[in-house]
Amino acid sequence: MILETLEIDRSTFEAGTGWKLKPEGACKGSVCIPLRPAPGERVSVNEVARQMGLPLVEEPAHGLWALGPESIGGRALTTAEAPDFTLPDLDGRPFHLASLRGQKVLLYAWAPY
Amino acid sequence: MWQALRNEYHPLGFELVTVGLDALGAEGCRAFIEAAQPQHPALIDQHHLLAELFGITNIPQSVWIDEQGMIVRPAETAPAPPGPPRARAIQPDTALPQRFMEIMGEAMKIPNQADAYHAALRDWVQHGKASRFALAPAAVIERSRPRNESIARGHAHFELATELERRGDHAAATRHFREAHRLVPDSWTFRRQAWSLEPGMAGPLARFWQGPDPNDPASWPYDGDWLTDIRQSGPEHYNDPFVP
Repeated sequence: MILETLEIDRSTFEAGTGWKLKPEGACKGSVCIPLRPAPGERVSVNEVARQMGLPLVEEPAHGLWALGPESIGGRALTTAEAPDFTLPDLDGRPFHLASLRGQKVLLYAWAPY
Repeated sequence: MWQALRNEYHPLGFELVTVGLDALGAEGCRAFIEAAQPQHPALIDQHHLLAELFGITNIPQSVWIDEQGMIVRPAETAPAPPGPPRARAIQPDTALPQRFMEIMGEAMKIPNQADAYHAALRDWVQHGKASRFALAPAAVIERSRPRNESIARGHAHFELATELERRGDHAAATRHFREAHRLVPDSWTFRRQAWSLEPGMAGPLARFWQGPDPNDPASWPYDGDWLTDIRQSGPEHYNDPFVP
């Protein structure tokens, strides 16, 4: 996820990373990574990234960071539960993958190049 | 052809969601989506979120997700549905630059497993969980792409590059694209995306040039290009083979 500050709200962190912050730590599906101290409403990205092993890459000239994905399981997927991402359509309307629950979905990645 | 397949399977509880991976966002994808007039969700993924979330490494690739939201097949090559051979879009008398002729020559050597893939898809649509092509959770995770700390860091560099491109700092974006290429050497999408943002040649095929300007090869900012890289790896390795 792209960041302009390293102190963010819990909900921003959760939406951006797909990890839910619970009393027992950061959780995705049935996988939880313990966090100390237990997460509150504000997230210190540096600290949480260090404990979760998430890479944080900086571009100082723009005051930007990118927080990368986990690699704890050694695979792109940490769980077989599909992450509930949101992406826009051509007109910018957000679409939630979870809105298709109850149907089989073929997610198809393509590119115009 | 995907649209026809989607319309056939849709009454059986199936939906197709297409996602265009492009740092140029909606403007990069618009012409293709408007021409297709899709009845299914057609989404735009400016930062290649799908690569990070699912391990997409080339296009076209698909992920199958069941009614409960469980992935039953991780990212794999998704060939277009088999059909009658399409008329060649390029007529022989068209004066195409040599590079395009060579690109098409290599592309034609890429193996196509459309029959096996689409037989599997039909079986899953009809039989769901009982289909032998619907994998158990442990197999889904195991078959997804390898990811270690350095690959994860490469994804962060790539996302930063697409954001810098969006903000108009192409030089900074190029630095991070290069770092992403170094850290995630098996991602064709990461390379193709970056190459497609270089000047190439004028016209509708500009983004498929994917390599140095013959008149100024020294200005090419990347180590590889489409033609060099596919010849190095061999077109037979461009896609991973379909594994039932």
